[in-house]
Amino acid sequence: MISFDFDYYKPDSIDEAVTLFRSLSSMGKKPMYYAGGTEIITLGRLNLLYTNAVIDLKGISECNILAHNSDTLTIGASLTLAQLGMNHYFPLLANISKEIADHTSRLKITVGGNICGNIFYREAVLPFLLTDSQVLIAGKNGLQKNPINNVFCKTMQLENGEFIVQLQTQSKYIESPFVSIKRRQQWNVGYPLITVNSIKVENQIRVAIAGLCPFPFRSLKMESMLNRKELSTEEKVELAIQHLPQPILNDVEGSDEYRIFVLKNTLLDVVETLEGAGA
Amino acid sequence: MGLASITLQINGENRVVAIREADTLLFVLREKLGLTGSKPGCLNGDCGACTVNLDGWPMKSCLILAVETAGHYILTIEGLKNTRIQEAFVEEFAFQCGYCTSGFIMNGYSLSQLYPHAHSTQIQEWFESNICRCTGYEEIEKAIRRVLNENNNL
Repeated sequence: MISFDFDYYKPDSIDEAVTLFRSLSSMGKKPMYYAGGTEIITLGRLNLLYTNAVIDLKGISECNILAHNSDTLTIGASLTLAQLGMNHYFPLLANISKEIADHTSRLKITVGGNICGNIFYREAVLPFLLTDSQVLIAGKNGLQKNPINNVFCKTMQLENGEFIVQLQTQSKYIESPFVSIKRRQQWNVGYPLITVNSIKVENQIRVAIAGLCPFPFRSLKMESMLNRKELSTEEKVELAIQHLPQPILNDVEGSDEYRIFVLKNTLLDVVETLEGAGA
Repeated sequence: MGLASITLQINGENRVVAIREADTLLFVLREKLGLTGSKPGCLNGDCGACTVNLDGWPMKSCLILAVETAGHYILTIEGLKNTRIQEAFVEEFAFQCGYCTSGFIMNGYSLSQLYPHAHSTQIQEWFESNICRCTGYEEIEKAIRRVLNENNNL
């Protein structure tokens, strides 16, 4: 049971949601946007999060779009991970979506909620970082489209009152060869020890990682090491590891040393797999 | 704030109930409507004991606000009457303490209705959402497979 009260709003449009947020804030309230709501409910129950007004974004049609044309795939931020897991347009995203939480929970967790969550892993962002996707953000200045690599730095850099409406990915990246590896300490469901997503674009390997640090990331420095043709696979991985961001997680899922050990082996698998692939 | 009156469509009936908008569906089912078949386990979305069906799909009722479910069709274990999945659980003795049973049955009911010919990968994917503390998984799987196999033989 959540110990504090909040009001629930379900606007039909982007403008209504943004206006409502500003209006509630000006009244001294602490509104939060709500999509799947799983983190608000679970952290709220533990008094680790507080709000007195939630604005449910699931009634906004733009947030529920899944559209594919010859150039671009558009994904509404309120689509659930289960919906994306069944979507064959973006195989890497489908693959990673099916590995987050469990099937029933994925029917509630949304892609926008996962990317904006407090949880360390936020694995749904990895495919978008790798594919230089665009993110459509709603806020007081209307709609703004930004490269996700500019607005996602450890966390989604949203200003107060902003929310993600859609993510847009170019088809040419979606069709790239990819590898998606999620290593858990045990079982098939649950948090990762590490998750590595990788694609190959124009003969260059790109890599994004979750679970290693308390934030997901894509590292261009690591990628440049992994793409040095003159080196052996082992040397590439050794050099890439030297460019890891800090800190490395050291918790009940695994020590920092163990995580790096597993990462090295996973990167070896990734490089060996993708070096033989096309694109 | 305070209480809001909402109408929930539960097990084929319209139920008017006064809720806090911060109330989860699980809380409202059990504490306001007396539908105690959905079990509180982890209250964190991990165990699946509170699983109900929302518009035909499984949903952990601890992870959804009651107010979100207005306008949707909710089915709880109390709404299932002599379904094949319930019979199969009895035939395979697919329970020990029984606490997780309603959640497993609601998940299994959804699977058998939405994917009557579900394959092994799908069965595993769906049922990783539920935990049986007594580890009666083998019998639970047999019960689910019995229903799906019967569908395949139709």
